[in-house]
Amino acid sequence: MLYREAGDFKTSYRDDSQTFPIRFDRTAYYVLIAVALVIVPFVINDYWLNAVLLPFLIYAIAALGLNVLVGYAGQVSLGTGGFMAVGAYACYKLMTSFPDVNIFFHIILAGAVTALVGLLFGLPSLRIKGFYLAVATLAAQFFLVWLFNRVPWFYNYSASGQINAPERSVFGMKVTGPETEAWATYLFCLVFVFLSAWVVRNLTRGATGRKWMAIRDMDIAAEIIGVNPLRAKLSAFAVSSFFVGVAGALFFSVYLGAVEVGEAFGIQKSFLVLFMIIIGGLGSIFGSFAGAAFMVLMPVLLKNTLVGGLGWATDLAAHLEFMIVGGLILFFLIVEPHGLAALWRTVKEKLRLWPFPH
Amino acid sequence: MPDQLLFAIEVTLNGLMAGVLYALVALGFVLIFKASGIFNYAQGVMALFAALTLVGIQDGQVPFSHLINAIFGTDVHHFGWHVPAVLAILLTAAVMVLFAWIVERYVLRHLVNQPGIILFMATIGLAYFMEGFGDLMWGADIKNLDVGLPQGINETIDETTYNWFGYGFFIDNLDIAATIVAVILVVSLTLFSQYSKQGRALRAVADDHQAALSVGISLRFIWVLVWSIAGFVALVAGIMWGSKSGVQFSLSLIALKALPVLMLGGFTSIPGAIVGGLIIGVGEKLFEFLIGPLVGGATENWFAYVLALLFLVFRPQGLFGEKIIERV
Repeated sequence: MLYREAGDFKTSYRDDSQTFPIRFDRTAYYVLIAVALVIVPFVINDYWLNAVLLPFLIYAIAALGLNVLVGYAGQVSLGTGGFMAVGAYACYKLMTSFPDVNIFFHIILAGAVTALVGLLFGLPSLRIKGFYLAVATLAAQFFLVWLFNRVPWFYNYSASGQINAPERSVFGMKVTGPETEAWATYLFCLVFVFLSAWVVRNLTRGATGRKWMAIRDMDIAAEIIGVNPLRAKLSAFAVSSFFVGVAGALFFSVYLGAVEVGEAFGIQKSFLVLFMIIIGGLGSIFGSFAGAAFMVLMPVLLKNTLVGGLGWATDLAAHLEFMIVGGLILFFLIVEPHGLAALWRTVKEKLRLWPFPH
Repeated sequence: MPDQLLFAIEVTLNGLMAGVLYALVALGFVLIFKASGIFNYAQGVMALFAALTLVGIQDGQVPFSHLINAIFGTDVHHFGWHVPAVLAILLTAAVMVLFAWIVERYVLRHLVNQPGIILFMATIGLAYFMEGFGDLMWGADIKNLDVGLPQGINETIDETTYNWFGYGFFIDNLDIAATIVAVILVVSLTLFSQYSKQGRALRAVADDHQAALSVGISLRFIWVLVWSIAGFVALVAGIMWGSKSGVQFSLSLIALKALPVLMLGGFTSIPGAIVGGLIIGVGEKLFEFLIGPLVGGATENWFAYVLALLFLVFRPQGLFGEKIIERV
């Protein structure tokens, strides 16, 4: 049969903790990777790359990172934009200070720098909880953006206050700068997305992830059964910030190329990524991707129908977009508080049993 | 007196006035949080929406005129009448009550018993929705709001201080008006919640939803009431901020400014919102005045948050918040 396992014949823990226990899912996953790796690079063009694919891939990394913190460890953060800015500026400083090192390592290092900053701003989480923490992370958001705006060292004393990504290449193909091939940048980001998802999946299903989830469900109880809250919370902040930083570095170097910090990494960005994981599903890897895809595709679709199709003014479409985003968030929270990922799970459960109801 | 000290005093006074305005927004947050445990992120957008509606009604704008024009190709924008300020304020208040009812009926009712964070997210969604809705309804251009409040420098204070110290303090009439209005608002809210029947019901709900239900208090009515009151507070805040800096999108960002005020004062305390507002107002103005020039200025963007963050590390429930008791 198509979507079914023939009984429960698991004989090892390895089988039991598989990511895709159903063969159909497994095949679909490999097919998806094959399509993404082999077919998409040949058919991709600049419009699709810049309007849909690059933002989707980069936001997916950011959403994965934030999901670790909010969805798995239960520490609400509104500082994502600030941490993305740390990643971007760290990447810029590294790129300009060590031009000979491959950009791949710069981006990883930028993530590491962000992880350190995340640790620092995660420290109050040991004392402050819930909403208070959410508001406290705003301190990170506003302080970091201000810092990058005001301290000239960060933007190498450039007159405009902007940072511009110098030209860098991987395996001889340019991935940053003005003259890049669509497929090269796409594949470069795809590698990071794949690695991030793999790492997050394996972290969250292991001991670390279980500690995070214990802290999320009730931190005092977790502490009593022997989870160290200091280590669990701070590791969540560090891991989350790492991926958010990588996303910020890619966003700056590969996608935008030139960044003005207040505009690119303002508070709106924090909310955008937060919406992605709410709509996609808190505490779910699939959810991070689904949410990122949704929030990237919806404005493009709306714009194409309203401005392109009906010929309305752009600002009108922008207002409608706000309304629709807000309305959808409300709708999802009311109908399915656990997001697209939970809908997907329900569909899968139904499929497994089909045509029987139970 | 040395000039520097005089400047500092002037800055402090202006900070106090700004703090009152922050406190006005924070007050709306506290009311809703106390009564329903909802952290209402949309409070700032409610202020924006109220101010937009007020201006729209005053000028006799046609609601949704942009949308109507886009769909039907017409060119309507104004009815051509002008509504007096008092009547417009009353009408806007009615709109805010209607809004409260809609929110309760279509959003909150479906989210009963959800964890706080989900409700918080829902109000963020609400904020986005209202922002788009308000702009769609009344247009996104910057508008002037004038309901007859005095504006400009207060000359009595200017002259008196000039005679005393040889330096005239600059204090805006509007800020003084805002302070008076805020005091009236706080006093009447306190009286309402302490002595009226509905006020007591409100406090009962804040204390324990289920116990309140079991003694026959209608939760739904209370929620509509609370959101209406928060709507009025938003209207007042919207009028004050709108008269000061015009009605525009950035008005909704004052919600973000009110958050550190809340953290400092505690989410559950009305006096806390006032005191927190004053501390933040004075603190950020003085910091900008004394330290700002040394580090490049524009510290107002983050000072309040960092102050609140540091403060919370030592006192996690804020100044006047209820002590957080945790058990398994």
